[in-house]
Amino acid sequence: MSTDTPADLVVPSLQAHTGQGLGTGNPADALVVEPARARSKRTPRRTRTNFEMLAWLFMRLSGVVLVVLVLGHLLINIVLDGGVSKISFAFVAGKWASPFWQFWDLLMLWLAMLHGSNGMRTVINDYAEKDATRLWLKGLLGVTTVFTVLLGTLVIFTFDPNI
Amino acid sequence: MSTPTVEKHSAALDAAEAGGTELITVTLRIRRFNPEEHADPVWVDYQLEMDPKERVLDALNKVKWEQDGTLTYRRSCAHGICGSDAMRINGRNRLACKTLIKDVNPEKPITVEAIKGLAVLKDLIVDMDPFFQAYKDVMPFLITEGNQPTRERLQSAEERERFDDTTKCILCAACTSSCPVFWNDGQYFGPAAIVNAHRFIFDSRDDAAEQRLEILNDREGVWRCRTTFNCSEACPRGIEVTKAIQEVKRALVTRRF
Repeated sequence: MSTDTPADLVVPSLQAHTGQGLGTGNPADALVVEPARARSKRTPRRTRTNFEMLAWLFMRLSGVVLVVLVLGHLLINIVLDGGVSKISFAFVAGKWASPFWQFWDLLMLWLAMLHGSNGMRTVINDYAEKDATRLWLKGLLGVTTVFTVLLGTLVIFTFDPNI
Repeated sequence: MSTPTVEKHSAALDAAEAGGTELITVTLRIRRFNPEEHADPVWVDYQLEMDPKERVLDALNKVKWEQDGTLTYRRSCAHGICGSDAMRINGRNRLACKTLIKDVNPEKPITVEAIKGLAVLKDLIVDMDPFFQAYKDVMPFLITEGNQPTRERLQSAEERERFDDTTKCILCAACTSSCPVFWNDGQYFGPAAIVNAHRFIFDSRDDAAEQRLEILNDREGVWRCRTTFNCSEACPRGIEVTKAIQEVKRALVTRRF
């Protein structure tokens, strides 16, 4: 918060500061007074798995691999050899005739989708205040991720250039 | 401000004191909250004649002692050791007793509010229980195995150096209450608890590093850290908090500590 406090919220010290009529209605103010989710007094239940650690490691490792995969993908598809105008059904079909590009695109699909969904999971964990909201958002995220990954994998492996 | 302890002043001291007492008018804008008066907090302005080389804590004392005795805040040692008076001054977490007025731009109103993420009880006082609960949960005490040595537990200078930085923590909560993850998720252990776990995890005399690492491997443990560096910036003791958290993460991955 900056020093530029709205003038109508400030009371000169001689006036009784009962706060009467000065309620801001700003949810952020309410947060300071009563945090939405306070730490409970009991020791948190220990998780026996390393899921959070593996997710954290996956983000770092997949990020490094994705830099190569995505930049290579962009370079080959839209920069080299005629640029973006060359992209057509035939171009994609030509690429997927080679197992190398099939594998490249498959790896890129899986890593990008899981990397992105894990990031979204983090955002949801941070910003969803109600347990029910968090559960629904994460459920929705999971379903869309699984759907996209499976659909993409199916297309890469069953692609028929003669349709 | 200054209380002479000797009768005779040197000329140099006289000059320094004469030049050092140029008072300026400072506006202290304090976020007051009293649930018995009103449910909402309110900003209140106080005009003060202050020496810019005085501290924000002196300004708060001046308000409490001379203008409005209902102002409530914590302070104990007033010299940056006890960690009682962490507060948000001009939007950043600092110790009021270590912040000089001249350093927080006294030309504009200086805003003072309670630290964020913990329930405000009154004015600048927050409920510190959740903060200390997180601290207790990492077992911040020496745990050893086997027989006690007949003499002291020896440690080399290098072994001591390994965790020297994190021994400086005064538990003022400036780091934890500057952490955006903690603001959103009060279950997160927070930087201060991790710093104090680090202090024992990397202590060669301690044998419970595995246990502490397991606690911080939790869903609400170190993996929630987003390396925002707010904690390192807020720490009044200059502890490299984010670095300590990263070292705990590395210890968890490599199991070397």
